[in-house]
Amino acid sequence: MTTPPPWAAEGGQQTHAIAKNDDVVRARQLARTLAQESKLSLVDQTKFITAASELARNTMVYGGGGELRAGLVRRNGRLGVAAVFDDTGPGIADVDLAMTDGWTSGLGLGLGLSGARRLVDEFLLDTEPGRGTTVTIIKWAR
Amino acid sequence: MAKQESVSGLVGLLEADGEALADEWVALVAGALGGRISRAELVRELRELYSALLEAIRSGADDAHAEGMSEVRALLTELSRSRARQGFTPSETAVSVLALKRVLEPGLREGAAEKTQAYLQLSRVLDDLALFTIETYTHTREDIISAQADQLMELSTPVVKLWDGVIAVPLVGTLDSARTQVVMEKLLQALVDTGSEQAIIDITGVAAVDTQVAQHLLKTIVAARLMGAECTVSGIRPQIAQTIVALGIEFGDIVTKATLADALQLALMKSGVELVAQQGLQR
Repeated sequence: MTTPPPWAAEGGQQTHAIAKNDDVVRARQLARTLAQESKLSLVDQTKFITAASELARNTMVYGGGGELRAGLVRRNGRLGVAAVFDDTGPGIADVDLAMTDGWTSGLGLGLGLSGARRLVDEFLLDTEPGRGTTVTIIKWAR
Repeated sequence: MAKQESVSGLVGLLEADGEALADEWVALVAGALGGRISRAELVRELRELYSALLEAIRSGADDAHAEGMSEVRALLTELSRSRARQGFTPSETAVSVLALKRVLEPGLREGAAEKTQAYLQLSRVLDDLALFTIETYTHTREDIISAQADQLMELSTPVVKLWDGVIAVPLVGTLDSARTQVVMEKLLQALVDTGSEQAIIDITGVAAVDTQVAQHLLKTIVAARLMGAECTVSGIRPQIAQTIVALGIEFGDIVTKATLADALQLALMKSGVELVAQQGLQR
């Protein structure tokens, strides 16, 4: 089990279901609001929003729907924004393969998972075939 | 025989003090709606409803879904549709029907048993009619929402002609599969209709370009190329550029520009148009 991020006291942590296309848009809007609250630079905001968009879509398309928990986090006095994408789908059998640029089990470009990792500061992937997948991302304000 | 009695009981209940009853009904509904609908209109609506209801009950309809109630249902459909369009809440819509129950209540105080019986029967009918009203209201709202979604889809994807042979599609908001389909169709059709060879896709208004958006863009561009048009993607802001690089999306040989102005200049150059500033006007 990955340790959940230490949620910051300020800015309530929010939970959203991800089941349909609209939910991806809503996840992206939540990511945008939180990224702005945590005072990320414009570039970092865009990176975090894009990563959240990728992972939300993965949760919906490959995980068969799941849940997003997101909120502000604080570690050693540094403020950041975190999002946890949780699904109980088929899980990922070969993590190394899934993280390879250009490889996809579906119809996408194969850059979502690997690209999302490059867009954020911390990326935790917890998966097991048959149990589901949990991806945690954090972006710290500079 | 029993049915005949119950019908006459219901008619009696409604007719007893007809005028006063209808006035009180109007007053109660007007209070609930807070003057957002004109008194005259309300009087007309409720009078019509009242006489239709009376007529229906006289004809022996004692069920909201009965054949004889079709006139009442038609009036209620019209009423809830107009309420939904004017932005009233479901409660404010249903109150038009339910207020009649409250108006009839005082008459029960001195009431005989058969009067109470008739009231209860009418009450059931009115409850069903109120539910019918809310149902119609909800349907209307759903229709409005889906019509708005369609409008939004249309609105957000205009194809504009910038010059002879140069068209542009300014994209705004979220680019999902359905939107991309519309954009692609419109762009390709516009290429044919205007005989253009240069197309500019401007993504200034797209908040985030993720792999799906990029994939949709690439597909649109490839389709346009198959038709012999050259596509330029413009409006790539610094933060979007950095994100695309980090994601690892390859735009290959597709020409991209920072602003629509740059893209237009390029498109004009490619179509052989030369822009020259007039000497005398130079600052």
